[in-house]
Amino acid sequence: MSDRVAIVGVAQTRFAPKRPDVNYGEMAYETISQVLRQTNLALPDDIDNAISCSHDIWDGQTISNISITDVIGGHLRTEEKMALDGSTAVYYGAVGILSGEYSCTLLMAHTKMSQTNRNIVNNVAFDPIYSRMLGFDYTSAAALQARRYMYKYGITRAQIAEVVVKNLSNARFNPSAHQSGEISIADVLSSPVVAAPIHRLDIAPDTDGAVAVILASEERAKSITDKPVWLLGMGTSYDAHYLGDRDLADCRALQQAAERAYRMAGIRNPRRSADLAEVGDEFSYQELLWMEGLGLCDKGDAGRLVESGATAIGGKLPVNPSGGLLSGVPINVAGLNRVAEAVLQLRGEAGERQVKGAKIAIAQGHSGFCGQHQCVLVLGN
Amino acid sequence: MEEKHTTDTFEVDQRLTAHGTYWAGKMGTRFYTALRDQQKILGTPCTTCNKVFWPPRSICTFCFSELKDVVEIGPRGTVETFTLVTYTEPIHPRTAPFLYAVIKLDGADTGMAHFLDEVEIDKVHIGMRVQPVFAKDRKGNILDIQYFKPI
Repeated sequence: MSDRVAIVGVAQTRFAPKRPDVNYGEMAYETISQVLRQTNLALPDDIDNAISCSHDIWDGQTISNISITDVIGGHLRTEEKMALDGSTAVYYGAVGILSGEYSCTLLMAHTKMSQTNRNIVNNVAFDPIYSRMLGFDYTSAAALQARRYMYKYGITRAQIAEVVVKNLSNARFNPSAHQSGEISIADVLSSPVVAAPIHRLDIAPDTDGAVAVILASEERAKSITDKPVWLLGMGTSYDAHYLGDRDLADCRALQQAAERAYRMAGIRNPRRSADLAEVGDEFSYQELLWMEGLGLCDKGDAGRLVESGATAIGGKLPVNPSGGLLSGVPINVAGLNRVAEAVLQLRGEAGERQVKGAKIAIAQGHSGFCGQHQCVLVLGN
Repeated sequence: MEEKHTTDTFEVDQRLTAHGTYWAGKMGTRFYTALRDQQKILGTPCTTCNKVFWPPRSICTFCFSELKDVVEIGPRGTVETFTLVTYTEPIHPRTAPFLYAVIKLDGADTGMAHFLDEVEIDKVHIGMRVQPVFAKDRKGNILDIQYFKPI
């Protein structure tokens, strides 16, 4: 049995509004072939478990992994689907390795958001008895959360816009990013209101793409790479489903998931220990709310931190140096992309977005509207 | 025969449609019957946790005990958060612009997300007191409450 799990390889497609040249299996294979080349591993012999992460309705097929088992090396072998965000696939894959059953696991998340209407897909996430008929989707639900968060903690609209400004600026240095640029707070606030207080530029754009990651036991990892990134801690937690069951300004599930991950990693003070964080900014306000849930600052203090520049690439605690989801990362893939970006940082391979001397990174992913399910991973080199 | 290469990309156009009739369950049936026939809003109390839940449920979220009683809640309540939606999708029963709010009904510990109407948009605020407007022709679904309006 292995005591430690390492990430030994990561590969990403370039994220694009639409990839009409490939179907989702072909898109997934771009990352799988790349990560296998990178690690000098081959299917089927070197990989003993595979986990994919995708979305039934976006793929247009229930049990959406069943038509791509050939691509991921699952033909007449083991392959399972994680129906939550890609971060949770890391959790699930690590559990298999820690059990002693597997030693080398291929993870792959893919989504082509261009294939259908995001609001209609996300409406199906709401329970059919009490909520769905009212027409909610992730954006209108997020707007309810954003308003409550601003009200309870005095977060300003300008502070939230600052997240977009920072992340699109960071994305200029990310060759995988779908969008980037030097924009101003005024640009964010003059983009059309979608669901007040959320504007168009506050929303992660529809994007196509995939990410692949290889996990290995400590013993295997040492023979695969001289730059393993260790999974030091992990934790997950669910909040209640119904919007009205939660105080949307707080994120108890994230606090729980973070506490578990930090405890496992032996981290007492994440503000001091973490060199960077990659978090799920599906909507700009979420970066601030998740920072608070992760204990990276006090409740209500994240707005001030982003304004101060503390979360910029050269700041005290860079958050989303990759540009985050606002630069264009598909749903489901988001969390695995957070992990991949954290790994590139810890290997010192993040190019112009590199956080100098990064040793500990936090990656966070979430599933469901307003972050109902949360997964936190602590990585170190 | 010479193979013809094309640079076009090919899309398969499909529409998924499934008409669903979802059972409302023990508590849902009581809730929708009271709403349709008596214009009453029911919640479920958990005496162990000293909480009253909306929507009504058969299992307590916190202590996992089976809940069997119902209690009338509201109909008045307080806005906890709101949004003005500016886009229209086929999933929406109303045409944009429209308002959603999470409303904590009097006597309940959890909120109900629903529409807000008959209000000037600039006057909507967290803490605003509201009451439901019931549909005249009630069918036993959540739209039997048409929307909430200020008291």
